Amino acid sequence: MDDQLMTERLVDAQDIKITARGVQVYYGEKHALKDVDVDILTNTVTAFIGPSGCGKSTFLRCLNRMNDTVAIARVEGDIRIDGEDIYDSRVDPVQLRAKVGMVFQKPNPFPKSIYDNVAYGPKIHGLARTKADLDGIVEESLRKAALWNEVKDRLKESGTGLSGGQQQRLCIARAIATGPEVLLMDEPCSALDPIATAQVEELIDELREKFSVVIVTHSMQQAARVSQKTAFFHLGNLVEYGNTSKIFTNPDDPRTESYITGRIG
Amino acid sequence: MTVTVLILLLLALGAVGFFLGRARAMAASQGDMRRLHSLPNFYGWHGAIMAFLPALFFLTLWSIAQPLLIERQLAGFFPAEQFENETDRILLMADVRRVAQGIDSAVVAGALTPDQAIALNIADDDVRARLAEVGVALGSAVTAEVLQAAQSYRELASTGGLFRSIFTILIALGCLAYAIKITQADFRARNRVEAVALGMLMLASTIAILTTVGIILSMLSETIRFSTMYPFADFLFGLTWAPTFQGNSQLGLLPLLWGTFYISFVAMVVAVPTGIFTAIYLAEYASPRVRSVVKPLIEVIAGIPTVVFGLFALVTVGPFLREWIAEPTGLGTSGSSVMTAGIVIGILQVPFISSLTDDIMNAVPQSLRDGSYGLGATKSETVRQVILPAALPGIVGAILLAASRAIGETMIVTMGAGASAKLDLNPFEAMTTITVKIVSQLTGDLEFNSPETLVAFALGITLFVITLGLNVFALWVVRRYREQYE
Amino acid sequence: MTDAAAANPPQNPAKPSSSLLKQTDRMKQRNAAEARFKYYGIVAICVSLSVLFIMLWTIFSDGLSAFRQATFSFTVTLDAERLDPDGNRQRDEMMRVTTIGYTGLLNDNLIAYLGERGISTEGVTDKEIAAFISRDTPARLRHMVIADPSLLGQTIRFEGYATGRIDGYLKGRVTREIALLDVNISVAQLDLADRMVDDGLLSLKFNWGFLTNPDASDQRPEASGLGVAMIGSAYMMLLVAIMVLPLGVSASIYLEEFAPKNRWTDLIEVNISNLAAVPSIVYGILGLAIFINFAQFPQSSPLVGALVLTLMTLPTIIIATRAAIRAVPPSIRDAAMGVGASKMQVVFHHVLPLAAPGILTGTILGLASALGETAPLLLIGMVAFVANYPAGPFDGGILDPATALPVQVYSWASRADPAFIERSAGAIIVLLAFLLIMNILAIVLRRRFERRW
Repeated sequence: MDDQLMTERLVDAQDIKITARGVQVYYGEKHALKDVDVDILTNTVTAFIGPSGCGKSTFLRCLNRMNDTVAIARVEGDIRIDGEDIYDSRVDPVQLRAKVGMVFQKPNPFPKSIYDNVAYGPKIHGLARTKADLDGIVEESLRKAALWNEVKDRLKESGTGLSGGQQQRLCIARAIATGPEVLLMDEPCSALDPIATAQVEELIDELREKFSVVIVTHSMQQAARVSQKTAFFHLGNLVEYGNTSKIFTNPDDPRTESYITGRIG
Repeated sequence: MTVTVLILLLLALGAVGFFLGRARAMAASQGDMRRLHSLPNFYGWHGAIMAFLPALFFLTLWSIAQPLLIERQLAGFFPAEQFENETDRILLMADVRRVAQGIDSAVVAGALTPDQAIALNIADDDVRARLAEVGVALGSAVTAEVLQAAQSYRELASTGGLFRSIFTILIALGCLAYAIKITQADFRARNRVEAVALGMLMLASTIAILTTVGIILSMLSETIRFSTMYPFADFLFGLTWAPTFQGNSQLGLLPLLWGTFYISFVAMVVAVPTGIFTAIYLAEYASPRVRSVVKPLIEVIAGIPTVVFGLFALVTVGPFLREWIAEPTGLGTSGSSVMTAGIVIGILQVPFISSLTDDIMNAVPQSLRDGSYGLGATKSETVRQVILPAALPGIVGAILLAASRAIGETMIVTMGAGASAKLDLNPFEAMTTITVKIVSQLTGDLEFNSPETLVAFALGITLFVITLGLNVFALWVVRRYREQYE
Repeated sequence: MTDAAAANPPQNPAKPSSSLLKQTDRMKQRNAAEARFKYYGIVAICVSLSVLFIMLWTIFSDGLSAFRQATFSFTVTLDAERLDPDGNRQRDEMMRVTTIGYTGLLNDNLIAYLGERGISTEGVTDKEIAAFISRDTPARLRHMVIADPSLLGQTIRFEGYATGRIDGYLKGRVTREIALLDVNISVAQLDLADRMVDDGLLSLKFNWGFLTNPDASDQRPEASGLGVAMIGSAYMMLLVAIMVLPLGVSASIYLEEFAPKNRWTDLIEVNISNLAAVPSIVYGILGLAIFINFAQFPQSSPLVGALVLTLMTLPTIIIATRAAIRAVPPSIRDAAMGVGASKMQVVFHHVLPLAAPGILTGTILGLASALGETAPLLLIGMVAFVANYPAGPFDGGILDPATALPVQVYSWASRADPAFIERSAGAIIVLLAFLLIMNILAIVLRRRFERRW
């Protein structure tokens, strides 16, 4: 059903980065995600919206196999990045996650210095040969995360000492530093105040130039503001997927319409 | 009347008080319980408490005061200089008491009639032999003064006992009568009973304080006595530990301290990596099924009495180390050694460290793990670079607590470390610790006026100070760590 | 592999992606490190568990044999002439025949029995045959005869212990090589022992005496038993339970429900957590100074032991009890307060019954640790040699000298004769059995009454 929708409005590029087909997720006995098909494009912000417990975060966590860390979770179906099945037995989830970075709902800086927070990923993945390389990566990532000017004089201070919005941008910088191709964001603004939210949203729009960004959000306004593509999840089903403007103005499915107009949620 | 009988009597009076108080309240209510301020049982309890507690309090006071008063009375029997020295006086009084008790038990056993007992005198009777017949062994022959004092003691004690019984019973009856008198319908029995109950609860909670005070006072007073007999600086900084029976002992603390710390160090070298890796595996790697089997098994180690580990050190680990390591390498010929005790103590501390570390690692928020995995870190990288640094203060606290337990461990070192106090680096030599020497100085026949015995109290207070310092510091570190994530 | 690593260009974030299906060399290294790390954990667990199993295995292999004892079973003619020379069957007169008289009688009977059964005593003197019989055995026969004078003149079947060396030989502890070096036993005696075993005269029998006998001196390991130690431990556990439960529960209730938050309660709290970590031997010093020197309670008595153990376990029990009380949800307190109960009634009618299983579990575990505690008991004299049973609990038995199970383990382990090591390990088995029972009881209680609020 989404094929014809996808051709409707062109965004910057149309390369498909991730394809998901028939994805099912079970938490123990619970069937959390039912038969989801989605294509995620490069250099695009894709928003997943839907009421709580609809499976949007679950699906997001499938894309970098974070569900592997939950003992009772079981994932079926086919998810490919650049045509490679990420659930293939040869794929190391660790290597996958370097490629598909993630930012979490609550800012979770490590109890280390700001510098070490950002340098953590490059260090474990061996991205820097020299100290200067590493310094470069850290600075570049902090700049991309629009945090450099605020923290450049106190890189040695603890990351937990920053404000909530700064912490979240630090987490984004940390995720960027490993050089991912896809950036997953699980309600990145839900713990932030409006000003910090605006900063992060602006940042997301900029990040689109380098990465494909997938964002889970509770806020429809946010989805409308930052995303080009939107997927609406309800009760574990993907109800509708298409261009954001289409979803918010003229949805095909009555459930989408009900949600957007505030009748279910 | 003995104290036991007296207490039983008081309990009986308490029961009487319960029924009288309750009956009185019921009568006052004229059959309608709603007129009463409190439930009828509270009036009963009030009666019981009034009959029992004041009398018991009096009895306790009397029992403490009586021996002191009698002792003062007996001073007249002895030359003044004998009574001035505290140690002599204690020994003398112990003699008097023992003779007096001996005569009493001779009377009970029927070996002496009460009249004969009173008529005993040194000239005609061999008191020691007479008492030995009824199973009372005396260390030395009884002197005339002691016998006289003992006779006087018996007399005073029996008069005192009589008055004690009379007054106790009178007080019980008096308070009971008063309780019955004030029992009216609007008497607030519940409030009073609850106040007493609260007082008792509070009293129980102060036992902890009393224990600490008792520990400190008992060790401190004997340590002060020790310091009058042996220069304290020599104790603290002496390099030789060589107690002898003839006197002139050298009682230097340092060799013992060295042995204690050396053995604890070996124990920690064994326990810290083993315990922490065990905790890491159980917390991060083990499947729930493996965890549910392995964790209790590890904790079994902590439930086994230390004397069992001591025997294990003595018969298995010691000979094993001697035959396979110490003798082939020429490092030593003794089964008891720093290594033997250290390794066994180390294993004993593993469950302690691992379960504390496990708790502490679980307190590290899941979001930090997610953050690390989300960046593509492996489990070991996450553990080493995120979880362990975050948990470090707590783990350090756990290690300090374990070290304090290793320092205070007694049975394993007594059975596995040996008894020779030396300052040596070779871990396959027998060495000894503070606890071992406390045991050896305080078992067997004791003379509480020689520095060789009293030094044990000085050792005890040293041990107490070291472990207390470690504990306070460790508990503080752990608590601060917990607050960080709460 | 190193070549490949060198040839690989450094990963650059800006570069297009590499395949996920191929592990990079760095990834291989990282996974190897991961595997190593996990392996360290497994090694750590294996080390501690294998030490535990080796320990239990050595204890059981050393100690199980303590429950069996080399025992003679042969016919003894109780010669009235020798045992009651006056012939009046008077107790007092018969008491005059000491164990030495009975020893001679037993020796003669054993030699006669050997002759009767045709067992060759080649190379063994009569004196050496006499040395087969434990010194405990004549004492037992004497006791039997004095208790029942009608046995005199009869021929009875009598069972008695062999000496420790023969016992050790039957259990494999004493070998012929050792016998060559040992002045107390010769190879010829061991050969004779073999023949006795073949005849059925001598055999390993289950030894109730190990559980019931009092301790015995260094020369008679075969006669020693755990009777006094078990009574002593039982008295102490009983007294500790009686003292620690009301004290611990009262203190916990006060601290958890009534105590105002002020400096004094803070002090008590800090105190309790520190007391829980004070080395147990310090409590021994406290007991010696306060209960024995100051209060003049008798040394080695279960009462003093129990007082010391009570003070020692009190902090841990208070900690467990407070946790149990805290686990009762506040809603229950609010509900009871709401219907007009006083605070005291709320605690005693509602909170305490609900917390009781938790309190009981904590108390049992506390008692179990007290049962295994040794060091403080050494200082209050419980390591002394006690050959008489203490009196009953209501006849002042708690003031009689006694020992305790773990102390008995220690005192046997420190004796010279290796036969006592077996006894020591055997005593541990008994101790562990009691601990196991207590722990199972605690687990059952917890499972049975576990509540989910």
